Amino acid sequence: MTSALPESQATVILRGIVKRFPGVTANNGANLEVRKGEIHALLGENGAGKTSLMNVLYGIYHPDEGEIWVNGQKVTIHSPQDAIRLGIGMIHQQYRLVQTHSVTENVVLGLKEYFFFPEKAARAHILELAEKYGMKMDPDARIWQLSAGEQQRVEILKALYRGVKILIMDEPTAMLTPGEAMELLHILRRMTAEGLTVIFITHKLEEVVEVSNRVTVMRQGKSITTLETTKTTQSELAQLMVGRDVLFHLDKKAVEAGADVLKVERLNVMNDKGLPAVVDLSLDVRAGEIFGIAGVSGNGQRELVEAVTGLRPISGGRIIVNGQDITQSPPRARIKSGIGFVPGERWMALIPGMSVADNMILKNYARPPIGNGPLLDREAVAAHTESLIKEYAISTPDRHTPIKRLSGGNIQRALLAREISEKPSLLIVAQPTSGLDVGATETIWNLLLEERARGAAVLLISDDLKEALALSDRLAVIFEGQIMGQFAAREANLEHIGLMMAGALRPGLAAAKDNSTAGESA
Amino acid sequence: MLEFILAAVRAAIPAGTPLLYGTLGEVYAERSGVLNLGVEGMMIMGAVSGFAVAQTTGSAGLGILAAAIVGGLLALIHAFASITLRVNQVVSGLALTMLGLGISGMIGKKFVGQPLAARLQPIHIPGLSDLPILGELLFKFDIMVYLGILLVPALWFVLYKTRIGVTLRSVGENPSAADALGVNVAFVRYAAVAFGGMMAGIGGAYLSISYAPAWIEGMTAGAGWIVVALTIFAIWDPRRALLGAYLFGGVRVLQFRLQPLGVSPNLLNMLPFILTILVLWLSSGQAAKRRIGAPAALMTAYSREER
Repeated sequence: MTSALPESQATVILRGIVKRFPGVTANNGANLEVRKGEIHALLGENGAGKTSLMNVLYGIYHPDEGEIWVNGQKVTIHSPQDAIRLGIGMIHQQYRLVQTHSVTENVVLGLKEYFFFPEKAARAHILELAEKYGMKMDPDARIWQLSAGEQQRVEILKALYRGVKILIMDEPTAMLTPGEAMELLHILRRMTAEGLTVIFITHKLEEVVEVSNRVTVMRQGKSITTLETTKTTQSELAQLMVGRDVLFHLDKKAVEAGADVLKVERLNVMNDKGLPAVVDLSLDVRAGEIFGIAGVSGNGQRELVEAVTGLRPISGGRIIVNGQDITQSPPRARIKSGIGFVPGERWMALIPGMSVADNMILKNYARPPIGNGPLLDREAVAAHTESLIKEYAISTPDRHTPIKRLSGGNIQRALLAREISEKPSLLIVAQPTSGLDVGATETIWNLLLEERARGAAVLLISDDLKEALALSDRLAVIFEGQIMGQFAAREANLEHIGLMMAGALRPGLAAAKDNSTAGESA
Repeated sequence: MLEFILAAVRAAIPAGTPLLYGTLGEVYAERSGVLNLGVEGMMIMGAVSGFAVAQTTGSAGLGILAAAIVGGLLALIHAFASITLRVNQVVSGLALTMLGLGISGMIGKKFVGQPLAARLQPIHIPGLSDLPILGELLFKFDIMVYLGILLVPALWFVLYKTRIGVTLRSVGENPSAADALGVNVAFVRYAAVAFGGMMAGIGGAYLSISYAPAWIEGMTAGAGWIVVALTIFAIWDPRRALLGAYLFGGVRVLQFRLQPLGVSPNLLNMLPFILTILVLWLSSGQAAKRRIGAPAALMTAYSREER
């Protein structure tokens, strides 16, 4: 029992929060103390448990253990409505707005105290709030007409309209242009000046330093420490975030890298919105090596992979596989040229409702022994699937089970088994272990190392720096569609990687920085 | 010629009235995100139950009330299937139409060929009804025609100017946004679908109690399907529903007027459906231009866990 009342300064206290999901522990004793009127950054890598912790505070998740205190009172928060009643608002990465409705309509949705749409009153109040916090806002604009930054302001207004005093923002700058991000930071400062409190989830070091008063670093579901922002540096934060001590070492046999298998030359790719996602990117991957691309997700990794596999048109550059220019080839021709692909989004490569067996033959059903003219040889399908299940230790009731019923680790193993059994000369793997537990992660890693030993060129895309460092022979850091730096993974400097991932260290600057820190680390 | 046009317009308004009721109801149902292809079934059930009740009680008003209740109850079947059980809305709606057509034939057997004693009378509006030409043209209808017209601004107002309307439209556009702000998505959808069914029932009853006025098996003759198309034509807006309903009423009337002039009746029977295709084609382009299409969540069942 804790009898001591929390400090009066603290408006929110989370103590010993544990949140488990089947197979994963998202939070494992996380603590957080937020003071009234501050901007508190919650810093950590993907999967460190930041969002999960905030979902606990906002009533979306119910913690398995731990206590929540708000304004000196111990509370239980069952739903977002409870949280709003306590003055807590949260803005998710995905905005929850009705696209065809006006700003005003979105803001007043769900308020019960009126019958007739209080258009004039609501509009006036919205304008008043917008002005108070320095936001430009047209209450009559439709959501679809607004930019990502403006839509975010509508979300902020929704919270302010409900009298929220503590605002949680999940990766608020992820979708914004640099200019919009600057504006947001101004708005947040205005809000704290008015006595509001902001909790700001991020993995960008620059933002932490620029905007927050204090920062809590999270790693692997735990809160590591809380620091005054003025008393820390980007490099210290990078070290804390990545956690030098937890790097684990794999039994990696030396493999002589062979000829270039993949060559990407000055590749340019647009994202879904038609904005540049990959900019003048060049890289080469050799046989018998794992080439890792590290970086915060959303920096062009998806577009890069889709461009190489032929799923996304490119706007410039060349892609060469095994000396063959495949820039204009359709996906099937690229598969034939020897590309195997394990996408980060598993259901892009598997059909959830179809059986394990049917999923295992998706790539080779058209040719013998599986395909026999227009017919499928069911016996060959069975033999093929059973051998994969055995060889890759895929745990499934039988081969007829819909693949979606398997556990995450087994789904991923099955997918890798299918791709590897085709003996690709280039294996592209994105986020191979995201959402998997330690055991499953290890088997997947070993499979990838076996492919490397076999002589395949492996292009590994991972948000998980630990993974990228452990597996790669060479490593590149991607930020906003550009390679910020490329080096042998053995010689990697964690501090530099952290800075590059956050865009704080750009190519060209890297060399200078290297010299200055070389002495310290030696 | 003038007389021909006047007579056509005079006839088009009552002919369009059942379509108007049906469309106004379907607009509300679809605004909540539920497509109900059972309109034809609900209209024919409204027609037969309305006629049966009006004939036995001698009251047209009670007949229309009964039709509304029957239509609403039928719609609840669709609501249960598509909202609670999350069955495919197309399948469930089609089933409702077939069910309605079948049952109405069975119930209606003994009423076939009976003239309705309790029919709706045109109401006389002092002053207006006595106007030359215009009085004859616009002010010689029964109460249900005027009620239908009055419903248009009323439903438009509710949809755009009240909390109910904002809630309804939000549920049809982005149910998870509405849910996050404390709106009961399932309840809103049930209510909208039931309302749509009641309106379809009333539309059907208008056919058998006022327009015909008699019970003929299969008398809706595809009106329910035209309602579904009109809902799209209306871009889910009650005001445009009025325009569309009378336009199609006019086409129906034209069928009867042109036949004596030697136009093939087969061709004329196709007219409403040709116009439907034409209208859908035209309105799809226009809708795209205004960036207002179908409610974004139309035909998608909502479940909080699958966010």
